[in-house]
Amino acid sequence: MKSYIRNVVVCAVLLGVAASAAMIHGVSIARAAENKNAAVIVTVDNFSFTPKEITVAAGTTITWVNHDDVPHTIVSTDKKFRSKALDTDDQFSFTFTDSGTYAYFCSVHPMMTGKIIVK
Amino acid sequence: MDNIIKENLNSDGIDRRGFLKCMAWAGTGALCVMQGGVLKSFAFGRGNDLDRAATKGDFAFAQISDSHIGFNKAANPDVTATLREAIAKLNALPQSPEFVLHTGDLTQLSKADEFDTLDQSLKSVRTDRIYYVPGEHDVLNDNGGQFRERYGKDTKGDGWYSFDHRGVHFVGLVNVMNLKAGGLGSLGNDQLAWLKDDVKHLKHSTPIVVFAHIPLWSVYPEWGWGTDDSEQALSYLKKFGSVSVLNGHIHQVMQKVEGNVTFHTAMSTAFPQPAPGQAASPGPMKVPDDRLRSVLGITDVNFVRGKHTLAVVDSTLAGS
Repeated sequence: MKSYIRNVVVCAVLLGVAASAAMIHGVSIARAAENKNAAVIVTVDNFSFTPKEITVAAGTTITWVNHDDVPHTIVSTDKKFRSKALDTDDQFSFTFTDSGTYAYFCSVHPMMTGKIIVK
Repeated sequence: MDNIIKENLNSDGIDRRGFLKCMAWAGTGALCVMQGGVLKSFAFGRGNDLDRAATKGDFAFAQISDSHIGFNKAANPDVTATLREAIAKLNALPQSPEFVLHTGDLTQLSKADEFDTLDQSLKSVRTDRIYYVPGEHDVLNDNGGQFRERYGKDTKGDGWYSFDHRGVHFVGLVNVMNLKAGGLGSLGNDQLAWLKDDVKHLKHSTPIVVFAHIPLWSVYPEWGWGTDDSEQALSYLKKFGSVSVLNGHIHQVMQKVEGNVTFHTAMSTAFPQPAPGQAASPGPMKVPDDRLRSVLGITDVNFVRGKHTLAVVDSTLAGS
């Protein structure tokens, strides 16, 4: 299960990189938007977010999955999104429609921080 | 007796060697006594006159912590059973605790049925009263509303309060709310202002006991084991001759003496956590089943008036 998710993450990261690269080279926005349905997963393992920082296309939905034996939350530093406490294997998803940089943290263990960059 | 700490490298009353010696005994039950500002460690055995003399006080209270009712993973699939064992241990103490402090993480997920189970279990504690402060697990999703409704009706702000018992001033603080990204535990300006005012009328000779969930000293900030504004809080307590700070959160015994302040953390009744930096994360630590009860336990505190003596005894659930 873990390796499956890891593969998805790698895939998602590659898609994200491809999307941003495509935009930089002036390829149509529509092309980038196609990737918004890609499953982009951020895992929560050992009190940290992986990847800690990720760049995605606008419209992308990010799903956080908690693999720890401890509840965590996903809370936007700018109050743009906030999950309930996620128990082991619980998920939280948020769709990023606007470009920008979204810093977030776990409000239970605030040393856990991450960042979503939406192009 | 060579358990007296001979080396003192940073003038805080305890050095690394003495600290580790104290820690090493924590697994079987240890006794750390502060006498005249010097921390002494004794093995905690039964029927030993030294133990009795050292622990006999004017009154006793107890601390339990981190019950995590609702947790059911490998590190301890039955946390209610170990809580009951901790209660049996409390009820068997040689000097009955006049009250008990629970220093937070009563529950795993702040669920009503978890609080109910805890309440039901704690009914069997033979003591006059139980005082609570919340852990971060008790204030999930509702900013501590349910916790305050159950345990904090007469408290201020997010649930802080103080009370006096036989001339000792006890202060319960909340450092698990409104935490900031990248930060540690937090007391916040409102609570700090309240604390400053709460202690300002007290005589300098009044013994002070502060209890809160997350350590009020920097145990290991890399794992969030500390409180951002604890130094500010402690600055209000500098004038007092005897200050004891009791915390939970890290699921292991640690002690430090700094000037007139003794810091102490308690074991959990649910599961152990690794020593600072000794694992990938501070999450629940699985130990062999036959070792679990040697890393869970309770804390018994005795006061001896006039001698400025505070005796803190940590007893594990292992053995009798």
